[in-house]
This record gives sequence, C-alpha cells and structure tokens, in this order.
Amino acid sequence: MLTALLTLGALATLIGLVLGYAAIRFRVESDPIVIQIDKLLPQTQCGQCTYPGCRPYAEAIAAGEADINQCPPGGESTIQALADLLGLDPKPLNPEHGEHSEKTVVVIDEQVCIGCTLCIQACPVDAILGAPKQMHTVIEAECTGCDLCIPPCPVECIDIVPVRETITNWIWPLPGDTLAGTAGIARSEIEAH
Amino acid sequence: MASVTNTDSGDRGTASRFEHLDRFHGGLVLPGLHEMSTSLPISEAGIPPLLIIPLLQHIGETAECLVKAGEHVHKGQIIAAPKGRVSVPVHASSSGTVVAVEERPFPHPSGLSFPSVIIETDGRDEWDERRYTLPDYRQLSRVRLLDHIRAAGIVGLGGAGFPTQVKLSRDSDDRIELLVINGVECEPYISCDNMLLRERTREVIEGVRILQHILQPRDCVIAVEADMREAEAALRAAADSSINVISVPERYPSGGERQLIKLLTGREVPSQGFPSDMGIICQNVGTSAAVYRAIVRSHPLVSRIVTVTGGGVKQPRNLEVLIGTPFSYAVEASGGYKDDVDRLLMGGPMMGFAVSTDEVPVIKATNCILAVTREEMPPPEPPLPCIRCGKCTEVCPAELLPQQLYWYARSENLDAAQDYSLFDCIECGCCAYVCPSHIPLVQYYRHAKTEVWNNEKQRQASDIARERHRAHQERLERIKRERAERLARKKRAISGKDGARKDAKQAAIQAALDRVKKKKELEGITRRNVDNLTAEQAEKIREVDSRRQHKPPPGEH
Repeated sequence: MLTALLTLGALATLIGLVLGYAAIRFRVESDPIVIQIDKLLPQTQCGQCTYPGCRPYAEAIAAGEADINQCPPGGESTIQALADLLGLDPKPLNPEHGEHSEKTVVVIDEQVCIGCTLCIQACPVDAILGAPKQMHTVIEAECTGCDLCIPPCPVECIDIVPVRETITNWIWPLPGDTLAGTAGIARSEIEAH
Repeated sequence: MASVTNTDSGDRGTASRFEHLDRFHGGLVLPGLHEMSTSLPISEAGIPPLLIIPLLQHIGETAECLVKAGEHVHKGQIIAAPKGRVSVPVHASSSGTVVAVEERPFPHPSGLSFPSVIIETDGRDEWDERRYTLPDYRQLSRVRLLDHIRAAGIVGLGGAGFPTQVKLSRDSDDRIELLVINGVECEPYISCDNMLLRERTREVIEGVRILQHILQPRDCVIAVEADMREAEAALRAAADSSINVISVPERYPSGGERQLIKLLTGREVPSQGFPSDMGIICQNVGTSAAVYRAIVRSHPLVSRIVTVTGGGVKQPRNLEVLIGTPFSYAVEASGGYKDDVDRLLMGGPMMGFAVSTDEVPVIKATNCILAVTREEMPPPEPPLPCIRCGKCTEVCPAELLPQQLYWYARSENLDAAQDYSLFDCIECGCCAYVCPSHIPLVQYYRHAKTEVWNNEKQRQASDIARERHRAHQERLERIKRERAERLARKKRAISGKDGARKDAKQAAIQAALDRVKKKKELEGITRRNVDNLTAEQAEKIREVDSRRQHKPPPGEH
C-alpha cells in the first residue's frame, strides 16, 4: 500500500516537473490576440466600424469594447472567422454599420479632376497619385474600396466601380443555376457557317 | 523487379528496367475515338486573314506588349516581353500589320476576354531577319540553352502550358534520375501527339537528345499508349539505346504526369509535391519537338499541331495551326461544320471546356478543337442526390475521396476540402463520368479551387493594404512631429529676439514712471489759478475734492 502510494506520488512529481519544464522550454510564442484579430480583418481601413481603421477595431474587439459584427466589407466570412478565433457565437452583420457588398474600387474622372489633393489626403493606403493642380489617378491594385476619398472631392469626379472580372480572378460557378462550365454540361452557340 | 537476364548491365538504363509496368489506382477504359482524326496526314491550316494573339498563353504572368497599332511585324518577332520568372515572350505567328491591341474573346471556361495583339496578315509569312542562330547545342551551356528555350516562348504543349525553362531549371545539383517524354494521349478524340510521333519522329527524338543534354538524366523514357502502334514502331526505329520506348496500356488517365510516373517507376509523387522532387522530369512530346525547332532551326513557338475532330466536323484531322488562328478558321480548314453540330470544346471530352464563340484563337495550350453533335455528347441529365455508392472513390486516379470533397465543396467548407487534398485532384473527370446520379463533381472541385485561390489572393492584398496603411500612418505622424518641431524652433527664435526689445521698452516705461513719482514726491501737489475764485467756483472745487476722497483710486477696482 505504502509502496504503491510512494511510487505513484514519485511518478506524479516527476511527470509534473517534466511537463512544467517542457511548458517553459518549448513554449510556442503565438501572436498577441490583437494581431490575430487584425489578420482576419479585410484591411479596407474604411472606418465603417466607427473605429479609425482595422487595427483600432481589432484593439477594441480584444478589449471587449466592440462587437464582432461591425465590419461590412468583411461580411459573414469575417464574422465567422472572428467567432471561431474568439470562441463566440457568430451573429449577423450589424446593419448600423452598412451592408456587405462585393469589393469595389474607385476611379477618378480625369477630365473633371481639378487637382485639389483632398482625396490624396483622405486615402488611408496612399493609393491615389497626384500633385497640387495636377491630375490625380487611383492605383487600382492598391485601392481597398473604402470610399473615404469620395466625400472630400469638391467636384464629385470619383466613381465607385466593381472590381472587374478577369480570367485570373474568375471563380468557377457552382453547378446548378447555370449550364456554363464543364465540357459535359456546357452548351455554346456555334455560328453555323 | 525487372532484373530478368540483365545482370551484366547493372542499373544502366535499358528497356528491361521499365518492362514491368506498375499500375495506378482507378482510372477508366474509355472508347479511344482517336482513329477518327488519324486517317489524314498533318497539313498546314494556312494563314488566316486576322491573327488574334493573346498576351497570356501559359501559367504565370501576363507578357508585356511591345507593339502598337500600325506597326509592321515579321513572323517570329517578339511582340510581348516576359514579366517575372514564370513567363515567356509571345511572338508574332506570321508577318503583317498590327491593327489593334485590345481585349478579344479568349479560350477560357469563363468566356471572358483578354488583351490580345491583332495582326492583319500580309500572306508573305516573312521570318524576322534578326532571329538568333545557335551553334551546335552540344557546345552550349545548360543556362544558355534554357535562355533560348525561354526566348523561343516554349511552354508545355500537353495542355497545362507551364513555361518549359522553369520546369527544366533545377535549384539543386541532385542528378535527374529519369526524363519522361509523355506521348500517352489517353483522352478520347485527341491524336495530335500520335500524329506528331508518326510524321515527325526525328524532330521529337532530336528534341529529346537536347533535353538529355540539358538535364543529363540517368534514364530516359518515351511513353506512348498501346494503341499508338505506328508511332511506337517509328520511335523504336529512330531512338538510340539511351532512349527507352515504352507502351502503356490504354487506361484513362495514364497520360497524367503523376499516373504515368506511377506506371513507369511504381513511385508516387508526394501530395502537393512535384516530380522534380523525386528527380523525375516529365515533358510532352510536342514540347520536345518545339525545343528541337527552337534550338536547331531557330524557330520560336509560333505554331502547333491541333486535332480538329468530333462528329460535328466534316473532315476530322490534325492541322499545323499558327498560334492566334481563330477556331472558326481551323474548322474551316477541316472541311467546316456539319449541320448537326451542337457544341464546340477546347480540349478533350473529359477535361476540356466549352467555348462560347468560335472566334476564340488557338493558343499554345490548345491541343484539340472538338465539335460534337448532340448524339455524341448529349446534354447532361439533371443531377440527382448522391446515393453514396462509392463508385467515384473506386475510379479516382489520385486516390482521393471525391464524395467527401463534394460535400465540402458544396457547403463552401474550403478548409475541410483542403484537408481532403482538394489540390491533388487532377480534374480528370473520372468521378463525374461514373456517377450514377450525374453529379457534375469536377465542377464543384473547380469552384472550390478557384475560390481558395481567390481567398489567398485577397489575403495577400489585405496584407499589402495593412502595410500601406501603417506606412501612411507613420508618414502622417512624422509630418506632424516635424511640423511641431519646426514651429517650436521658430517660436524660440522669435521670442529670443523679441524678448530683448520688450525688456528695453518695459525698462523705459518703468524709468519714466519712477521719474514722475519722484518728482511728485519732491514737489507735492500745488493748485494753480486759484487766486481769484468766485464763491460758486470754490464750492465746486470742494465738491470735487470730497468726491475724490470717497472714490477709491483707479487700480483698485
């Protein structure tokens, strides 16, 4: 009896020590929670969540000040990812902050632009190129579609356009509603000669 | 396993090494239908009036256009330069005038357009005089040969279109064990590799020799399908002892790179890995012939052999077609459409896709133009619910679980689909072919794959946006800080100069006040002109004086 107790006790102590040492020695450094949350946000920097950018919103979520359903550009998938990360229940997007829509970019009507630089100052990712009294233009690849440049424009020369579908970003449709797609189910009009 | 009577040659590459073929999981025995297009010899399709040459014809980055509308170009002239490592130049396929650089229909399942160079041909087909010519390739270094292969715009002609020089360049010095030249045309209808091997055996073999020179592989195999008997005989006659000609049984998809390697070596290419990780490099026979033409004849890749076939074509055959020739022109060169044609596909019936218009051009990856009738390829029956019969798993040559992938792809559970090796799917279509519920399985996988790629691209874009936003914030901070510093500096400078002046003024005022005070103290206050006052005036003065006494002095309010 005593031997058994001692043996088990000694084993428990030993294993405890080993595990305790391993926990310190092989500790996996994970990103702080703010960075993990920030990584899930779309980085549009649009401020629709009422915070001035994605990082401040991430900080607010981490501090428990903001809810996870305040990001319209991220939409359902971001809410789901945040819920998974934080162990919360996903909830629908809060309509106060806007509606989820497909990604857009802005273009400047170069005929109308007066070169006031106000949009350049408003752009959170420096995606607008120009100089005072010179024409401005949007670098499409860098535009996040935050639309923050639109209110300051005094001549309303900035338009929102959906991101163009090209063969490099095209997504195969799910079968069902459309008959386009694989050889087996495709039908095309051949102009009979 | 293949040691047989071959004891004297050790592990030297001889035919016996590959005599005993392994087998791969699944696959299907499909009707060949190759003979439909092999009765006529390869002929030239000719020069179409308009060539539409897309700026992207391979996997990788779009080439950068070098020509403008109105410019005259020669055959073989570079009209678009490669951008990035996985990219090759694009050449003019014939001489003529560039009439436009604009978006044109592109052979792609989406039916979307792509920027293309449109050349109005002059019919003279004049080669570019500035073309490079090479000395004997045996005297050239590997790097130099690879550069020429890239400059000739060569990409894999088997269908995927991966830049050949990327596939041939190696990072490590590990020896290439096996070079596989893939002539196994397993998909029904297609016969362009077969005809190439039959009619241009020497070009293929010479190309293989160049590839051998570049890679220095221990063994080299040219694989053909069992029903390509003429091609096999021609190859056996032309090949030397360093090249093994192997015939593999007819079983779709034995022409798939991974399946063929399994057949030949019994080894499996690891999931998400490449054959080169195992010291094996696989090239299509057409690519080999293109390498020969580029290195020996200095011809860049401006044409390829295309099978124009199907029940909807009057004279199914193989044509040598200039890159950029519209499908309609190639079909016309094969006798034109029959009246009952229903659909036009690029590629075979298993892995190809329907094109929306026959104005799309032949690109480097176009191995087959297939015009089918409704009887040949009836429209799909409406899909029924999955009955979990497991037939798809039995035929999957990649040994995946198609049913599982189907559920996850359908429910957009992309992480789970990737856990089930979505990206090891070669989209061969066997699962969908055997599915008794007619579920278009491959389309689900393609959807999931493109969705994953897009998400990945978006993630990269958001990383860049985060970085740019951070830089933006930092810049604003810096400007603010610098402005504040500048202001403070200015203030200091001004107050330094101003202060001295102010002090002097203050001192002067103070001195004046002090003088007055002193004077007052010395003299006291004397009233003047009070000698001849009337009683009334005296009364008023008294009144004022008394008021003054009651009123507190000015500064004490």
